[in-house]
Amino acid sequence: MSDVVEKTLTALPGLLSLDSQPGAAKLSATSRLGTLVRSITELTSKNEEEKLIKKELAAIKEQVSSPNTTLKQMKEIMVRAIYCEMLGYEASFTYIHAIKLAQQGSVLEKRVGYLAVSLFLHECHDLLLLLVNTVLKDLQSTNLIEVCMALTVVSQIFPKDMIPAVLPLVEDKLTHCKEIIRRKAVLALYKFYLIAPNQVQHIHDKFRRALCDKDPGVMTASLHIYLQLVKERPESYRDLTESFVTILKQVVGGKLPVDFNYHSVPAPWLQMQLLRILALLGKEHQRTSEMMYEVLDESLRRAEINHNITYAILYECVKTIYTIHPKSELLEKAAKCIGKFVLSPKINLKYLGLKALTYVVQQDPNLALQHQMTIIECLDHTDPIIKRETLELLYRITNSQNVSVIVEKMLDFLQQSKDEYTTIDLVGKLFPISCHTYAPDNSWFIQTMNAIFSMGGDVMQRDIPNNFLRLLAEGFDSDEEDRQLRLLAVDSYLLLLQRDTSGLPQRFLQVISWVLGEFSFLKEGLEPGEVVGQLTKVLDHDAITVETCCWVLAAMSKLCGTDCALHRAEKVAQRYAGCLDTVLRQQTVELELLGRDLDLRTRVLPQHSVRDHLEVDSSLSFLDGFVSDALACGAAPYKPPHQRQEELSQEKILNYEPYGLSLPISLSACNLTDRQSPTALSLSSGLSGNSAEPSLKAGSNSLKLEGVKRVWGKQGYLPEKEPPDEALALEPSSFLAPSPQQGAAESHQTVVSPTIEQDQEKRQLASSLFVGLGSQNTPCLMGKPETSSQRFRRKARPEEFSAISKSPAVSSVFSSSNSAMDDLLDDVVSEPIGVCPLVEPAVVQNHSDSMSDAVPAVDATELVVASEAPVSSLTGGSMPLGQLSSQLGQDLESSLASHLPGLLSGLLRSGIEELCSGEGLSLSACKVYDDDALVLAIFLSNTSDSSIQEVSCLLSSEQLQLKGLDESSCSFTELKGHGVAVSLYRLVMEAPSTQAMVRGSVSVGSQATQSFSLTLSLVDFIRPLPLTTEQYGRMWLSFSHDVKQNLRLLEDEEVLLDSAVTALKEKLRLHIVDVIGPEGILACQLVPERPCLLHCHAQGGTLVLWLRSPGADLPDCLLYHCQKAIQER
Amino acid sequence: MIKAILIFNNHGKPRLSKFYEHYTEDMEQQIIRETFHLVSKRDENVCNFLEGGLLIGGSDNKLIYRHYATLYFVFCVDSSESELGILDLIQVFVETLDKCFENVCELDLIFHMDKVHNILAEMVMGGMVLETNMNEIITQVDAQNKMEKSEAGIAGAPARAVSAVKNMNLPEIPRNINIGDISIKVPNLPSFK
Repeated sequence: MSDVVEKTLTALPGLLSLDSQPGAAKLSATSRLGTLVRSITELTSKNEEEKLIKKELAAIKEQVSSPNTTLKQMKEIMVRAIYCEMLGYEASFTYIHAIKLAQQGSVLEKRVGYLAVSLFLHECHDLLLLLVNTVLKDLQSTNLIEVCMALTVVSQIFPKDMIPAVLPLVEDKLTHCKEIIRRKAVLALYKFYLIAPNQVQHIHDKFRRALCDKDPGVMTASLHIYLQLVKERPESYRDLTESFVTILKQVVGGKLPVDFNYHSVPAPWLQMQLLRILALLGKEHQRTSEMMYEVLDESLRRAEINHNITYAILYECVKTIYTIHPKSELLEKAAKCIGKFVLSPKINLKYLGLKALTYVVQQDPNLALQHQMTIIECLDHTDPIIKRETLELLYRITNSQNVSVIVEKMLDFLQQSKDEYTTIDLVGKLFPISCHTYAPDNSWFIQTMNAIFSMGGDVMQRDIPNNFLRLLAEGFDSDEEDRQLRLLAVDSYLLLLQRDTSGLPQRFLQVISWVLGEFSFLKEGLEPGEVVGQLTKVLDHDAITVETCCWVLAAMSKLCGTDCALHRAEKVAQRYAGCLDTVLRQQTVELELLGRDLDLRTRVLPQHSVRDHLEVDSSLSFLDGFVSDALACGAAPYKPPHQRQEELSQEKILNYEPYGLSLPISLSACNLTDRQSPTALSLSSGLSGNSAEPSLKAGSNSLKLEGVKRVWGKQGYLPEKEPPDEALALEPSSFLAPSPQQGAAESHQTVVSPTIEQDQEKRQLASSLFVGLGSQNTPCLMGKPETSSQRFRRKARPEEFSAISKSPAVSSVFSSSNSAMDDLLDDVVSEPIGVCPLVEPAVVQNHSDSMSDAVPAVDATELVVASEAPVSSLTGGSMPLGQLSSQLGQDLESSLASHLPGLLSGLLRSGIEELCSGEGLSLSACKVYDDDALVLAIFLSNTSDSSIQEVSCLLSSEQLQLKGLDESSCSFTELKGHGVAVSLYRLVMEAPSTQAMVRGSVSVGSQATQSFSLTLSLVDFIRPLPLTTEQYGRMWLSFSHDVKQNLRLLEDEEVLLDSAVTALKEKLRLHIVDVIGPEGILACQLVPERPCLLHCHAQGGTLVLWLRSPGADLPDCLLYHCQKAIQER
Repeated sequence: MIKAILIFNNHGKPRLSKFYEHYTEDMEQQIIRETFHLVSKRDENVCNFLEGGLLIGGSDNKLIYRHYATLYFVFCVDSSESELGILDLIQVFVETLDKCFENVCELDLIFHMDKVHNILAEMVMGGMVLETNMNEIITQVDAQNKMEKSEAGIAGAPARAVSAVKNMNLPEIPRNINIGDISIKVPNLPSFK
């Protein structure tokens, strides 16, 4: 015993002195930082501060580079560096030391090191690479604090390409025994999901486990992930609704430990999060909404205590109630709640009340009516934020009766506000409501626009003046009214110019000069010379910009009709003849030329010209000859800017992969250092040269890439026509429709053109900020029905119709085989079967009698081919088509397969699945995997006895592009009783994504009867790419985008690789190039012609997948499917 | 998501800045200046929310701030966050600071910048609210501080001696204060330019 005491006593002084040391160090640190801070605060000017900090930074620099600096001192230095950085002075030389501190320091120093790193570096910083090992080490540490720090830094700054390195470790942390670690791991994974969703696809199960974690904190953290997931795809998470409701019920019911209470409210932030998720889930879905009514009611009832945080919950609750499928009882309560907010004396609550009103006013205009007086009061509130929110609310309830009042209020506010954001925002709202639907008369409109332009100044969005001019130019329904409006504009602008114009914004001056140039002839008795004189005055101001000068000169060129005007204009032109700005000078020269040559002027600038539709050849096709000449002379093909940029950045990119393990053996022979060696890089870039796709030359000739002929790239003009064989396939031949071309053309016009026109109108509306639907449906505050129609609707242009009807009318109705097709068939058939020997034998086909009548005369050979056509087993997985019963599938298979056009019957295809049916029309679909596209065959079968007229099937997709065989529709003039028609769509995926949605609708006559949607997987667009190992090696080096992922599979090494490779081949149809020892290489392409190479390496129980491609997204998306394929083996 | 957390004093001097999205350094300084400009011209009796701020997100951006004596605490968040929720989060943050520094003042924030950042890291991680319970946050921070002490050399000593030393250093046993209605309590922050 005494021994122990003695030991303790002897140890004590040492301990004390040790303990006092850091204290002393802290003191000195404080004093150093203190001196710095104090001296900074004593300074009076920014200049002196800069000097002082510079001095300080120099001192820091000296200290960090000295070898004698201890880690402890380094820690203080870091804090000082952080302080300097916070003040906005760069201390980049300390970054590397921050990383070093995080690497070498003890926990305490490490913490400062990590903190400095996360404040200094960002996700694109090169130095981050040096941190990876430290983070990996700390993630594996037994010290909880180190793990926490590592997780924090990972979630803060790790970029996409470093995630695979840490992902398995972070994943492991989900099962850590400490809840704080689990919680941080969940948030880190959430961050990963935001940055690279495809890389964490495989751990969605684990998210679910986190949701069910026994610790409520972890569950709360997992809700962040679910909020995001549900936001993206609510339909996939509807099954979780009940869980969320149960959780909320428990929380509201006070089942959580008291620790989670905040001001005696149980876990308020958790409640809010849950309410947000529920709102997303219940939106436009009645059944889901019904599940949550009870708990929402409970939430509203419980949140009665008067504390800020209960109001926060109430606000979320109200929003949820108004978002989900409505229930009147709840709505009533929610409305009462909003009332509480709006009437509250607390200004924060009032603000939120107004926000809530703005949110619900479209559904429930009466609510605004109830709070009319409060709203009026808020309009004169001292707080500009409240005022603006009120205006926002008024904006939503604008109609033709109240528009002038609301606009007046908004203009008042605009005048007082000096804030740029407010101005942009308000002008953006003012413009549409004052001109779109509600303008009471022309002079009001012009006056309002004048006010908007003079106050909005030069900060307003660019398209507002443009749209205004377009409105004036294109006019409305009646010519007389147009003339009057223009005349009014001219009058008011002349009046404005007579006054002092120096205060007018440039944009407004541009508008004025354009209008005067274009329309001043409308005013009788107005001498053009006078207008030119007025405009000259505008040019005299110092503040005028070159751009405005150009506008003014352009206006003058239109005006020099009389001698006097010409004389004046020329005088002005002389003034600018020597100016250096090329655009202005061009304008000057034009003015002079056009002024002298009357004929030319009337030809170039005819009056009324603005009404004529200008044909702009945006594809620049008139340059084709020039381009092909240049190409023939050896010029490099055009590359769009983003691609050039990409290639540039690729050359600079660093490879984050560690050496060794992942390097393919077959490749290491030819190039050991891989891309990390600069010589290898230049070699490969030398190989690919300047060609648009680096793979082109390195790739094999089997890729059939067009190479130089692709002149204008993806969006631009491609002078080459479709290959002749496709053109053949376009040739429709029909038994049912007497003149399919004509018929299709007709229905084309009727069906397609309205949609296109609508589309254009939509775009127009959006760009000009016409809040179309919103203001159209706006309820009337006064309770009177709305009478005025849209005044300023654009007229439909006849050209649009004609342009569409010119497009080739294509539809394949029962395409039968002809001799040309047979030839083609032979070519096509041999290949896919050779490539994909792993397909199931075809389902036995029985032609039902009722159908065979309608079947076109099919010759014997084709029938054989059709029945031998392989039916793929690819329908599993993500494809919703595959959910039908096999019996039904068989029936469909047998009855419809024969209707596939002969051209396609030799190709690999999926089974035929029913999409929807009703009203005598049933729809089925089948995917045919053509070489250069996915052909979607939609079978329209008439199940009734009578024939159906004018059937058409429209397909659209945001992610996919329709090309080839068809435009966007297939229509048939007549579909006989029990007849079947086939619509074919060739689809390609321009931008790779894991899956894509196709929506379609069928219309009979002009009425849409049925709609369907189909999810297509990336796999549908993947084709094998036959390559030799050598070609593979060359291509591998030339591709720059890669992803890598480790899959832990816990299987025997030998079996693992084999089975994985086979799975990839069977499920994704990848081509196996070679398998050497524990490594395998595979190749595929995304149609058309985007290769992707895959390398897998089995190590112990882990499979390392490494994908490379010339494009950035493809490897990412494909990796997801590879993972799935391997895990679902 | 929380995009940035800024603390500056009445003169616009930054006291803490933490960005959860990447901006260049110049941009960060501009954001701080713009935010100060927006917030400082507001009266005392207006609401604690602001919209706008062109630099950091435009229309999807909300500024939620509280003004304590000499300091402004500003959270820049996107539209998915709850205004009142964040407002109370600021309160939790300030109370936690108050507890950790025992009557926090502006000076504490300057001289213990790293600690303030550490406290913040326990509350908000990568722009997401991690913990809102003050006691929990303090426990975490304390655990780390304890680590700090043990790092300083106590780890090797016999347990009893350690507790003896600890007790010598910490005469005050942590008080268990029951705070009433906190929304009216403003931590006392002595003025410091």
